[in-house]
Amino acid sequence: MEDQKMKLHCGFIFSNWTAMFGLHEKSLDFELVFVDWVAGEARTKTFLSNLNPFGQVPVLEDGDLKLFESKAITRYLAEQYKDVGTDLLPNDAKERAIVSMWMEIDTNQFLPLASTLIRELVTKPYQGLATDFTSVQENKEKLSEVLNIYEARLGESCYLAGESFTLADLHHLPPIHYMLKMEEEGVKDLIYSRPNVTAWVEKMQSRPAWLKTVVKGDHIFELMKQRRMPMQLDSPCQEVTGLAQKTAMVTENT
Amino acid sequence: QHQTHHIESLFLSQSSNSFLVPKLMAGIKVFGNATSPSTRRVLLALHEKNLDFELVNIDLKDGEHKKEPFLSRNPFGKVPAFEDGDLKLFESRAITQYIAHRYESQGTNLLPADSKNPAHYAIMAIGMEVEAHQFDPVASKLVWEQVIKNFVGLTTDQAIVAEEEAKLAKVLDVYEARLKEFKYLAGETFTLTDLHHIPVVQYLLGTPTKKLFTERPRVNEWVAEVTKRPASQKILK
Repeated sequence: MEDQKMKLHCGFIFSNWTAMFGLHEKSLDFELVFVDWVAGEARTKTFLSNLNPFGQVPVLEDGDLKLFESKAITRYLAEQYKDVGTDLLPNDAKERAIVSMWMEIDTNQFLPLASTLIRELVTKPYQGLATDFTSVQENKEKLSEVLNIYEARLGESCYLAGESFTLADLHHLPPIHYMLKMEEEGVKDLIYSRPNVTAWVEKMQSRPAWLKTVVKGDHIFELMKQRRMPMQLDSPCQEVTGLAQKTAMVTENT
Repeated sequence: QHQTHHIESLFLSQSSNSFLVPKLMAGIKVFGNATSPSTRRVLLALHEKNLDFELVNIDLKDGEHKKEPFLSRNPFGKVPAFEDGDLKLFESRAITQYIAHRYESQGTNLLPADSKNPAHYAIMAIGMEVEAHQFDPVASKLVWEQVIKNFVGLTTDQAIVAEEEAKLAKVLDVYEARLKEFKYLAGETFTLTDLHHIPVVQYLLGTPTKKLFTERPRVNEWVAEVTKRPASQKILK
């Protein structure tokens, strides 16, 4: 039915993993286009006018449709491809409301804290910038309180919105995956000291779609590590098509 | 599903002699504070849908939202919490989405015209995510510095105001371009995307940050349009 494959413009950040995870759960073929946003490739005039005026990845192209914001992307995949792959959203309005609620909890309660830790402990060192350890400590403490609530919730049901894996769970795994790789004291423990949260994470990590996502995500990370010079984030907005052509990686999803 | 609800409510209206029962049957309660932007977001949706509801006041000054019984409704200790019959929810944007879907056929349609089309819905969803990720964090800081701090007798930090206004200006530039193409943020009709912005926009209109709206003609028109809606006026009372 699809004449052309979907394209996912993708870079080094966990929200890209989320989009890939959604595509893999839906067993959908896509072409991965690597965007080095740290080098400013998401701020070129072309990118801003054609793909995302906010200059961020991921961006999904499905035919003429261009979508950004990972939660809008995954919701679209869940609905447009409802009959394919894993069912990621329940049909019932009340059950769906619970899924929406946990996606909002991710956006408003969990992610601001987790993404700050990721920025301070992963992104900034990569860019050669100094980590703010006061901020790290503050966010670890707040995240601990938030995860207590998750621990209680996951004692009541297998997944956040009930007994089935949904978009609400999917969105949490990529940032948690980054957290579990951190050497900073106490970060891994935020997860591992909580048995229900740990069981939930481990169940999700064994999903075939996740395993495929890790392979792709690690490949993107390797591409980033290969760059010798740390880049300034606020490089001027300019056409870097030459650079983009040299570094854009197009891989087939098999 | 909608049909069943109608039939039930007809039976009840006969037994209780009240033709208002279909609305009253909804049994909607909002646990929040009429001044809080997130509570107002939910009230807006309820007013747009002409739904009857009870607002149970939560005293934020007293820290009522951080204690029981409120914590059992929302363990994260934030207003509002919501009830519709046996459904219990929190997080204002999840509540408004539920209201928009559950009561799709009454009052203002808050979903895109072709809501069953996932591609059209996705465009509205992008707008809702942009409001939550790009607009609200910045705009809320500006409300905190210029409105809430004044209210509790603290001094506005003008350096933070300047920093955040610079960020908001960039977001509003994108909105200006978008609103040149479409009447509203998600297309030609008013949707949840626009609605979610209203409470914080209303607060900012009472601050010098207002200039960021008035400097941008289409944004300025959109602000005027969305804030003059009857529902938008109701939440200010």
